[in-house]
Amino acid sequence: MNAADNASSPLPDIAPGDEQAAHEIGHGVRGYLIGFVLATGLTIVSFYIARSTLVWAPSIPIALSVLAMAQIGVHLVFFLHITSGSDNVNNLMALAFGLLIVMLLVFGSLWIMTHMNHNMMPMDRIMRMQR
Amino acid sequence: MSSLQATAPGGPRGGISPGKAAALTEGRDHGAAKRIVVGYGFWIFLISDIIMFAAFFATYAVLTDSTDGGPSGRDLFDLRTVAIETACLLTSSLFCGLAGIGAQARNGRMFQGAMAVTFVLGAAFLFLEVREFAGMVEHGAGPQRSAFLSAFFALIGCHGLHVTAGLLWLLTMMAQVMAKGYREDILRRILCFALFWHTLDIVWVALFSLVYLVGVAPS
Repeated sequence: MNAADNASSPLPDIAPGDEQAAHEIGHGVRGYLIGFVLATGLTIVSFYIARSTLVWAPSIPIALSVLAMAQIGVHLVFFLHITSGSDNVNNLMALAFGLLIVMLLVFGSLWIMTHMNHNMMPMDRIMRMQR
Repeated sequence: MSSLQATAPGGPRGGISPGKAAALTEGRDHGAAKRIVVGYGFWIFLISDIIMFAAFFATYAVLTDSTDGGPSGRDLFDLRTVAIETACLLTSSLFCGLAGIGAQARNGRMFQGAMAVTFVLGAAFLFLEVREFAGMVEHGAGPQRSAFLSAFFALIGCHGLHVTAGLLWLLTMMAQVMAKGYREDILRRILCFALFWHTLDIVWVALFSLVYLVGVAPS
């Protein structure tokens, strides 16, 4: 779908998972294969990094998170065909809102619980108080 | 009606108006419009499913160190099994995509073949996961051992249950295509199944990276 088509008639939305103008088998298969190769590569790097000294040890969890996010991006683009095109705005917005909630949930929980653990009286002192 | 938009619920028109609905039921665009609405609705469900996984994951992340003197992830996780599980699920995602293309092209051999491969790989994933769980329970590291293990079994088990449901759905779709052919409603179900299966793979990417790999990484 090129820009000229866009201008002449407003694009209808596209169902998530569908690909615009993908009615040839070869074109569709190629997209999945590219995604598969990229995802496999990222997976291998993840597994390698977790066990090697290639990355400074304390930063390994961060590196793994970044690799996971990259791989999720690959899956979204090549398997679920979520793009930034105008026919995909609704799908993308729903996903963005979902991600906002996911981030609030995960980082909010971790943030609060770390503070609570930090502020909690050491267990041996709690035990002593109960005696 | 040249441009059909999936009207947002509560939007300016409060959903699809009667006039628009009448227009939708006529003409060749009807199938396309319905496919968009159904696909979008299922996409919303999947996002809520991801939020549920995030809640389980947040629980797990908070409780990772609460091992109560029992085994931690480092003692329990076998990366070889996880790597094979990951390969199974990733390849099954590829074949699930190929099955979707086969269905769109009304190519029976491509659809049924790719779905069969997807099923075998998904079943292999599930087998490895059940074996891993059984091994852990056998070594006294069941869900009742510590808060860490409760959260672990809840999170990974929830994903495993989703895969089980997906496998049943997959068989249903193979049977429906055999019995009813490539009708519009069957194709919509195949679209939703493919979305479901790809989403499970996305959840697994987060799980193998942040649960298993981070769990065994040196710190």
